[in-house]
Amino acid sequence: MENQELSQKVQELQERIDKLEAKNSRLTMVLFSGDFDKVMAAFIIANGALAMGKEVTMFVTFWGLDAIKKPAIGTSGKTFLEKMVTWMRPNGPAKLPTSKMNFGGIGPKLFHYMMGKKNVESLSSLIEMAREFGLRIVACQMSMDVMGIRQEDLIDDIEFGGVAVFLNESYGSNTTLFV
Amino acid sequence: MATQKLDFKGMSCPMPIMKTAIAIKKAASGDVFEVVCDDAGFEPDVRAWCKETGNILTDIVKSGKDTTAIITKK
Repeated sequence: MENQELSQKVQELQERIDKLEAKNSRLTMVLFSGDFDKVMAAFIIANGALAMGKEVTMFVTFWGLDAIKKPAIGTSGKTFLEKMVTWMRPNGPAKLPTSKMNFGGIGPKLFHYMMGKKNVESLSSLIEMAREFGLRIVACQMSMDVMGIRQEDLIDDIEFGGVAVFLNESYGSNTTLFV
Repeated sequence: MATQKLDFKGMSCPMPIMKTAIAIKKAASGDVFEVVCDDAGFEPDVRAWCKETGNILTDIVKSGKDTTAIITKK
């Protein structure tokens, strides 16, 4: 009887250790910003974690959605305000403004040039690489609805969800970052 | 077992670590890699990467701008 209790206890502890270790192998991120430099930082961290063998989930919301848009987005069937937002926001990683020194769009061109000189990988290829490595992207359905962004406006093979999806991921990870 | 040489000179963060991870992922346990990179951030990065992933950093040699890391897959 005592032996049985002991082995049950060991099994319980093993399960708790497994759960803790699983936490340690996961990273959850919120990409809120659509600024080129911040999106760049987010994807460098995501790639680094993936290279360390971690599972990474990126919850993309509000301005962050600009970074995962397709290069061309249609406006047919959208309301006037939704069309306005579609026209005014950049489509995709190559078009994002910088958070500092944007200079009406000249800033990003300067940064792209300087990054190229230093052999820094482009944001587009960082995103592509992270996805090849298994990055899980979850787009925030609510902010998409607010801004009139449709599922087909965003890159393919991503998931859609809300705050509960993010929190569930976050509680199961030992690191959560908000960018 | 032959040592596999990887040359990541000219690349900057996070590429050397990504490329190292990709190469080592495909290898068998005990395989040895000689990774050379001239990025100043490579040494601390490869140390941290090995520490986190459990791969063994057998040796690290610096010569001029180049850092050579000898990594054994766990």
